[in-house]
Amino acid sequence: MRKLQAVGRFAVVIVLTYLGLLAVTFFIGRVMPIDPVLAIVGDRASGELVARVREELGFNKPLWEQFYIYISKVLRGDFGTSVLSSHPVMDDIRRAFPATFELATLGILIGVALGVPLGVWAAVRRGGVVDQIVRVMGLVGYSVPIFWLGLMGLVLFYARLDWVAGPGRIDVVYEYTLTPVTGLLLLDAAMAGQWDAFGNVLSHLILPASLLGYFSLAYISRMTRSFMLHELSQEYIVAARAKGLSETRIIWRHALRNAMVPLVTVISLSYAGLLEGSVLTETVFAWPGLGLYITNSLQNADMNAVLGGTIVVGSIFIGLNLLSDLLYKTLDPRTRTR
Amino acid sequence: MRFTTPVLSRRTLAAAVASTLVLGYGMAPALAATPKDTLVVAFAFDDIITMDPAEVFEISASEVMGNIYDRLVRLDINDPSKLVNDIAKSWTVSADGKTFSFELKPGLKFASGNPLTADDVAFSLQRAVLLDKSPAFILTQFGFSKTNVKDKIKATGALTMTLETDKAYAPSFVMNCLTADVGAVVDKKLVLANEVAGDLGYAWLKTHYAGSGPLKLREWRANEVVALERNDSYYGKKAPLARVLYRHIKESSTQRLLLEKGDIDMARNLAPQDLAAMASNKDIKIESAPKGTVYYISLNQKNPNLAKPEVREALKWLVDYAAIGDTLIKNIGTVDQNFLPVGLLGASTVNPYKLDVDKARALLVKAGLPNGFKVTIDMRTIQPVQGITESFQQNAKRAGIDIEIIPGDGKQVLTKYRARTHDMYIGQWGADYWDPHSNATFVQNTDNSDDAKAKPLAWRNAWVAPELEKMADAAVVERDTGKRKKIYEDMQAEFRKASPFIMLYQQVEVAAVRSNVAGFKLGPTFGSDYMFTASKR
Repeated sequence: MRKLQAVGRFAVVIVLTYLGLLAVTFFIGRVMPIDPVLAIVGDRASGELVARVREELGFNKPLWEQFYIYISKVLRGDFGTSVLSSHPVMDDIRRAFPATFELATLGILIGVALGVPLGVWAAVRRGGVVDQIVRVMGLVGYSVPIFWLGLMGLVLFYARLDWVAGPGRIDVVYEYTLTPVTGLLLLDAAMAGQWDAFGNVLSHLILPASLLGYFSLAYISRMTRSFMLHELSQEYIVAARAKGLSETRIIWRHALRNAMVPLVTVISLSYAGLLEGSVLTETVFAWPGLGLYITNSLQNADMNAVLGGTIVVGSIFIGLNLLSDLLYKTLDPRTRTR
Repeated sequence: MRFTTPVLSRRTLAAAVASTLVLGYGMAPALAATPKDTLVVAFAFDDIITMDPAEVFEISASEVMGNIYDRLVRLDINDPSKLVNDIAKSWTVSADGKTFSFELKPGLKFASGNPLTADDVAFSLQRAVLLDKSPAFILTQFGFSKTNVKDKIKATGALTMTLETDKAYAPSFVMNCLTADVGAVVDKKLVLANEVAGDLGYAWLKTHYAGSGPLKLREWRANEVVALERNDSYYGKKAPLARVLYRHIKESSTQRLLLEKGDIDMARNLAPQDLAAMASNKDIKIESAPKGTVYYISLNQKNPNLAKPEVREALKWLVDYAAIGDTLIKNIGTVDQNFLPVGLLGASTVNPYKLDVDKARALLVKAGLPNGFKVTIDMRTIQPVQGITESFQQNAKRAGIDIEIIPGDGKQVLTKYRARTHDMYIGQWGADYWDPHSNATFVQNTDNSDDAKAKPLAWRNAWVAPELEKMADAAVVERDTGKRKKIYEDMQAEFRKASPFIMLYQQVEVAAVRSNVAGFKLGPTFGSDYMFTASKR
């Protein structure tokens, strides 16, 4: 019974969160000093045409009524048509999302694979060389604008050294020979057995992914370090040492395991941040992902697209939050509802 | 013609940083290469919202239309005062000047394989009038309406058709309007096969193709790619290249990087500093063409200070035209103080104004404002507009005029301008079709009330000039080209003196191209930048 209540409470929270998200985005969109009708009819249209389109789109109705109409459409799975692309917003997002997903996933994998061990190492050798390096990396990752690092990377690794491919997801040569199936080009190329295309995609992906990886690494390593320091000062570590357990076992099996509990939240939120679309990275690398899509839509007052994008981003946050909650409960039995 | 939304200012910053880095670092020799049969163009085309020629009104989309759709006649891109036949074999005007008869070339075909007949041409023009989208006025200004268009524009045989206007307009005016995208010919059979609820194929054609041009549209992904392919059914000379790919890349510095590396063949949105840096690169050549776009500052006459004739004139003496020409618009524009860009009938090259603070101050004294006044200007945060506005602000201050700059995003600034709630505005205007009448919007304002139906540029600045308006009306029906030209010249002489528009410069479009690309030429309009003539060595 209690479990049912908990699920019910959770559902109510989700619905309210969505509603709040939609309301805020919707009303901000409508009170912006930008006329969405202009985006459709352009600068030159007659006053008559502007008025006609305004009526067709229902912009002459009271705000609350427009919101109601929008919500009821969304509930029917209709996010409307994007002004910019003339496609249904859902189709656009379906196309943009894999690009961001591929980039963000590789980014977070790099971030975790390097960030966690570095953080652990820094905590164990507190005040040592590694600790200093991790701290400087964290500082740089936090204070240097990511687009600047991106441009530096392009100039060095693409323009100067020729180690990686330039902006975009894939070279022109492969653009129309590789058929997108999943939209994840690495996967598509691998499934089709086109290994040269696979290499090309990877070559385009590696620089922006490393950049995002570095960005999340800076945060993850810092948090890992502080969680580990906390664990290492606990009594059970002293007890473990007294029992004569090996230092490696103490660090990796006992301390890290406990540090992982709060770390899961940190990682999943970093991942959500990357998935939300790293706007500047996508801009610098001409990456046709969700971040670029939402920014472009915003600049063009393409409100259906902005709202659709916001719902997706919101869902990612809610989803990953839920996931990290569940993981939390799995990793730390004390937080389970009894 | 709509204009591209400006980039974020932080992007501008990014671009500046990148240019510095690139310049400082130097380039490795080009290693990458595009396929031999494919032209890859970096182009900011985030303004595209449709691929339907009855609705297209954007710069980038217009360029695509010029390459993929045929029309009855086209501009002669070597001399825009002339027309060349496209799918029309010949055309005549009746003695009363109201009936235009066309005969089509024989054996024409659409890319779909369907034959192209006079019925398709009539349908295309009717469709544009019936759909009544933004550019429809280019046709409806000749008296066509939803109710009469099927009688006024009709096929009289498989290859013959007539078009009947309500008045005897200057024939060049009518014909020039037919070169616009709205005059493009669509495949009636294909379009109607995709009709939904009587929409004349509108929803479908937004993202699809039904034309007969030298290239055909394979795919358009908003803000990502426009892929064109050779149309093997084309009646004329076949395009040398199999494919033309436009990639959406906004930053000038990124475009330059890709071009120098050989990852693209052409860069279309380069800033003056990147263009200058390319001048010494032997692998790259620069092509340019003056465009029908003019930049101006306008003064809203609802502001009592700006409504004083002396103040209007004073402000015209407070722009440093020479410095702007030498720096901010170097390679991308030429100073022009007239509302008709060079290339259009009647364009003037008289530029009487220069920076003269003393003269401006004397005029302000005459206006009863010896201590100057305060005023605002709305501006998009894009270059070179931003630089010009700041320079104007500094010079005005020397004469005692305190200008507050209100920066904004494209649509935001425009929203305010269209509601005429600004003081001053800096912006651009491009000719919608290649005829001087397209710019008559600078003087037309028949109804200056706030809820007027028509809201041309003169209305947006609450300026009423009945004499100039009369001249514009006379010019458009003047069938003697020499007399017509004279009227436009006289109009501009008066306009320079009295109008609340400070005309600044005419845009020059520039493309940086790798030296192995040949046969490509930028035209005077955005719809006459032909990619289908390009080839690669």
